[in-house]
Amino acid sequence: MAAIFSKSSDLILKVVGAVVGLGAVSGIAAFAYLSYPTVIDIGYQPEQPVAYSHKLHAGELGMNCFYCHSTVYRGAFAAIPGTETCMGCHSQVRPASPRLEKVRNSYETGEPIHWLKIHDLPDYVFFNHRAHIGAGVSCVTCHGRVDQMVEVRQEKPLNMAWCVDCHRNPAPNIRPAALVTQLDWVPEGDPAEIGRKIIEEKKLNPPTNCSGCHR
Amino acid sequence: MSVVVRQDPQLLGVNPPLIQGGKDFRDVTNDISSITEAKVFETPMKYWIALACTGSVLALLGAMLAYLVANGVGVWGNNRPVGWAWDITNFVFWIGIGHAGTLISAILFLFRQKWRTSINRSAEAMTLFAVMCAGIFPLFHTGRPWRAAYWLFPIPNTDLNMWQNFRSPLIWDVFAVSTYLTISALFWFTGLVPDLATLRDRATGKVKQVVLGFFALGWRGSAKHWRNYEAGYMILAGLSTPLVLSVHSVVSFDFATSVIPGWHTTIFPPYFVAGAVFSGFAMVMTLLIICRYLLNLDNYITIKHLENMNKIILVTGSIVGYAYCTEFFIAWYSGNPYERFTFFNRAFGPYWWAYWMMMTCNVISPQFYWSKTLRRSIPFMFVMSIVVNIGMWFERFVIIATSLHRDFLPSSWGYFRPTWVDISTFIGTFGLFLTMFLLFARFLPMIAMSEVKGVLAHEKHAFAAPGTNQESHEEAPKHA
Repeated sequence: MAAIFSKSSDLILKVVGAVVGLGAVSGIAAFAYLSYPTVIDIGYQPEQPVAYSHKLHAGELGMNCFYCHSTVYRGAFAAIPGTETCMGCHSQVRPASPRLEKVRNSYETGEPIHWLKIHDLPDYVFFNHRAHIGAGVSCVTCHGRVDQMVEVRQEKPLNMAWCVDCHRNPAPNIRPAALVTQLDWVPEGDPAEIGRKIIEEKKLNPPTNCSGCHR
Repeated sequence: MSVVVRQDPQLLGVNPPLIQGGKDFRDVTNDISSITEAKVFETPMKYWIALACTGSVLALLGAMLAYLVANGVGVWGNNRPVGWAWDITNFVFWIGIGHAGTLISAILFLFRQKWRTSINRSAEAMTLFAVMCAGIFPLFHTGRPWRAAYWLFPIPNTDLNMWQNFRSPLIWDVFAVSTYLTISALFWFTGLVPDLATLRDRATGKVKQVVLGFFALGWRGSAKHWRNYEAGYMILAGLSTPLVLSVHSVVSFDFATSVIPGWHTTIFPPYFVAGAVFSGFAMVMTLLIICRYLLNLDNYITIKHLENMNKIILVTGSIVGYAYCTEFFIAWYSGNPYERFTFFNRAFGPYWWAYWMMMTCNVISPQFYWSKTLRRSIPFMFVMSIVVNIGMWFERFVIIATSLHRDFLPSSWGYFRPTWVDISTFIGTFGLFLTMFLLFARFLPMIAMSEVKGVLAHEKHAFAAPGTNQESHEEAPKHA
């Protein structure tokens, strides 16, 4: 019987094997990397139903974050303000602006505006705003300079490694609780030093065990 | 064509040949190879019907897993207080099934149990498929199986910035099961090489020759090849043997190292291993009885093979029954009120039906095998093999659900009910398992030809009539 394989088969097999093997490994690595939250989630910036500018309100007008997101210092969840909050000012300020058409409609009909959630953690993660605000973690740490964004975009990866990094070494991100909404605050001296003092004072001990966040 | 002649009819009755029907080497090659060589239209219709059935159940599995990935693990019924439910029950069930394959291929090999040769190939294949089914559950319980690589294995990554907890038995489990899968696959493939070469040499089409030739790894059946092969096979058997004991021991650590009453016991490792072998042999039995019937393998898988397996089922079933009794005794003897409550609750609490199902199927039913008549009755053993696996599934369910649903805090007591997704996923894994097995039985030699020939040759030497000059030797096929 004639040989099925020629003598060069061994070499061909090795080369093909190496190529397929490397291809598979690099394919998996590429998939793993490209599906990281750092890669796919940063920069998420959907168009909101109402062209609301954080830059105008929080930046130029200097409104405090707490004015609209009024639950963050007392609740786990950061509330999106109801239309009534908008109308509290806009019944007086530019009441006829065409850009506020949807807001007025919502106020009249009671149908809320369907804002899109940008900073969305997985369901199995329990993030408590109150605990973080109370500890002195500024809004800017997780949300970036919202006061400079016309449309809000996600700036931080919000993945577990990123959370855990801060839980392991929180000092650089801790500031006096009164300053948490001052997104442009520049600490005098080493922020970690300031943080360390507050951590000692408040006896902060951010959990790094699983059940700290996955309950 | 020479027929093995036995001189002493009395001896024949005590120790009948392992392969019936006076088969010689060529018959073995022809009988087994012809199954894989049949043309598509020659394959019996019942095969395609069976494949269509299992294939649609497999599709159900695919749909259920896609549904889970799309919607999250909440589609399964496990929730506080029963955080582990059908998923881990099914995982342990399938891993356990696999153990028979490893036991047959490794331990029986090292103990020179020659009857293993007719059943080891299919049992090993079954092991692989069972481990695949088992792997699905922990993998999909993560909810994001594409990230599971670095959740389960310690692979450096910037998504978690965290290692697994090496003190947790769950990561020991990952290593145990992946080692098990690797060694089982290697063992199975190594055993296949000489048979693949036989098929290659018989193949007529170029494509078949190339494909089979590729996987036969250039096997020519030279003495040197055989020498290396046998050494390699022995090493793999040596590696697999501790795995038979270690894999299910580690699986049992998932429970035994916790502090939940009913789990925290030192009896778990041996008890789990015995249970695994028990259920695995039952599954081998179920599959082999069907294959034996469908593929006319009565002469290869004889009543003696089946009886031997039933004896193992009897022994391991009795060990399992003994373990149940010991658990109960210790629950009372320890004086630990939580342990006592858990066992009382198992037998008479809300899951009493599962407990008595387990007791009936696992403890009482194998005892019928003390009777030689029943041990050799094929309809009886077929039913029994299914009963045993139902019982073993319930054993895992009882251990997991009853311990969790009522633990230390009565305020947190609950009752687990599976969702339709739980049920369909579990049924779906049978689709995967049976589809794989059907494909294997049709396209690969499901009986290890080269090993069966070894048994034939051995018997010839032992029993051939003096002066017959062993004429059958020249008929040995080139690869045997």
